[in-house]
Amino acid sequence: MQPLTIAGRQFQSRLFTGTGKFSSAALMEEALLASGSEMVTVALKRVDMQQQADDILTHLHHPHLHLLPNTSGVRTAKEAVYAAQLAREALETNWIKLEIHPDPRYLLPDPIETLLATEELAKLGFVVLPYIHADPVLCKRLESAGTAAVMPLGAPIGSNKGLKTFDFLEIIIQQSKVPVIVDAGIGAPSHAAHAMEMGADAVLVNTAIAVAKDPVQMAQAFKLAVEAGRQAYESGLAAASRQAIASSPLTAFLDEF
Amino acid sequence: MFTEIFTRHNWDEVKAGIYAKTASDVERALAARRRTLDDFAALISPAAAPYLEEMARISHQLTLQRFGNTMQLYIPLYLSNECQNICTYCGFSLNNNIARKTLGAGEILQEINAIKAMGFDHVLLVTGEAQQTVGLDYFRKALALVRPHFSNISMEVQPMDEADYRELIPLGLYGVLVYQETYHQADYKLHHPKGKKSNFRYRLETPDRLGKAGIHKMGLGVLIGLEDWRTDSFFTALHLQYLEQTYWQTKYSISFPRLRPFSGGLAPKVEMSNRELVQLICAYRLLNQEVELSISTREEEAFRDRLVKLGVTAMSAGSKTNPGGYVVDRQSLGQFEISDERSAAEIAEMLHQQGYEAVWKDWDPSLAI
Repeated sequence: MQPLTIAGRQFQSRLFTGTGKFSSAALMEEALLASGSEMVTVALKRVDMQQQADDILTHLHHPHLHLLPNTSGVRTAKEAVYAAQLAREALETNWIKLEIHPDPRYLLPDPIETLLATEELAKLGFVVLPYIHADPVLCKRLESAGTAAVMPLGAPIGSNKGLKTFDFLEIIIQQSKVPVIVDAGIGAPSHAAHAMEMGADAVLVNTAIAVAKDPVQMAQAFKLAVEAGRQAYESGLAAASRQAIASSPLTAFLDEF
Repeated sequence: MFTEIFTRHNWDEVKAGIYAKTASDVERALAARRRTLDDFAALISPAAAPYLEEMARISHQLTLQRFGNTMQLYIPLYLSNECQNICTYCGFSLNNNIARKTLGAGEILQEINAIKAMGFDHVLLVTGEAQQTVGLDYFRKALALVRPHFSNISMEVQPMDEADYRELIPLGLYGVLVYQETYHQADYKLHHPKGKKSNFRYRLETPDRLGKAGIHKMGLGVLIGLEDWRTDSFFTALHLQYLEQTYWQTKYSISFPRLRPFSGGLAPKVEMSNRELVQLICAYRLLNQEVELSISTREEEAFRDRLVKLGVTAMSAGSKTNPGGYVVDRQSLGQFEISDERSAAEIAEMLHQQGYEAVWKDWDPSLAI
């Protein structure tokens, strides 16, 4: 399997993970290790940036785990830029998962503020990974703004509904010059495998692992699914067909000439 | 303003509608993909009682999906029990002959230290309504004292003007709880005969003023026991729906305070059983997967433990309801009696035993400027 490169950093695992909703920090750590994930996002609102002994951060202290702070909770580009700057200071990383969802109910991303914040943060030297709708045009605009990747949603966050935005994800993947990471809505390993087969560069999974009856086993299941999906994509999937094709009724006559 | 919607609803008609709901209404509500206010009316009706286990199962599943295996913990910090209102059910009522106390700066800091030592990072500031002693100026100073110590500050104080909220939000105010007590306008007057609180409409429009001021979170609720809880809860849900549509950038929470005995107080007019409280909690969750549902230490230990898996997402712990209750003046009289006297650490352990993580911090001041 080809490694994934974002902003010059290589990832062997194409499964990105989140840290919310686990029943304990210890279980979170165990599940993340089982997932093989090398990129883990953590909400700034959940960690104490001033405190070295923060419970969540302590459990993420592994050399292979790349920390991706996210701005969940901000409502505007201005707030996101401010939060990213504080995170860069406190957590010593210039990577930021940009989440601007002013609607606290469905946590749907604001495309306008996200574009503005990406422009600003890219200028300030951040590696920006914005969470967005599966909007192909917005993806191209973000590319021009200097984004390091795009993270379109598959379905409403936390919904476990799978790739409801399939048709738009296809367009995004086809057009994108930056890595495409399907971010939200992936509820089962089969969804993850499907996204990878389509050619997504990675997927991000949180709820489906954290809320599973056995999060460690589920993390492994996602690991396998992502690997299987990627390998299938790299191997070149045979085309599916609705009917058996035995002959060429429309063009067979050409042989007669 | 919500008033326009409110005045289009007649209490008696709403009540009759709820009590007329049948088993088939409940079954339709249970089967719905997205539930309406009419479904909610069925789920809080007496007809839904036989379906409680199924409601609990759905509520648990919806809550788990949205909130995960976590429970937000918070604690009240009572700053004052001075009050110019007469409220028939409240320990701080003007006509209640108790020693009055408002914490000064040094005392607030002592209480802050005690609360921080318990592990809290979210705090709820509470006062009665006394403009001279606990008005806007007092809140400015209190927020300045509290802000450096907590990631998240909410207030449960008298309703204020929009301009006041606009001033307090940049000083660190994240959320405001304002319970309507009852949506029964005539009875509201009976329970609030004197003081600014007797103005029903000013209170009813407080969430509108908060929404216009851009508050991050507001808490709604009624005091269960004053009036028919089903009808009051329907109005609360109506209010919630209006607010979510209008002030869509604000997060909402619902609380379920049941009238508790206090010295010299009023006995509940309507008793709500534990079974009914569970029904109400589940009904809210079935209506709205995202709303926060909060339960205080008014409820008893064993009951609170069982509510963890039924839809509740936030719990207070280690609470005192008297100003200075943590260190400064432990003996002063509280607003209501605490039924769950366990420490915050004990609550966190109880949650852990049930496979839930206590969340102490879920906000960061760096996220708002």
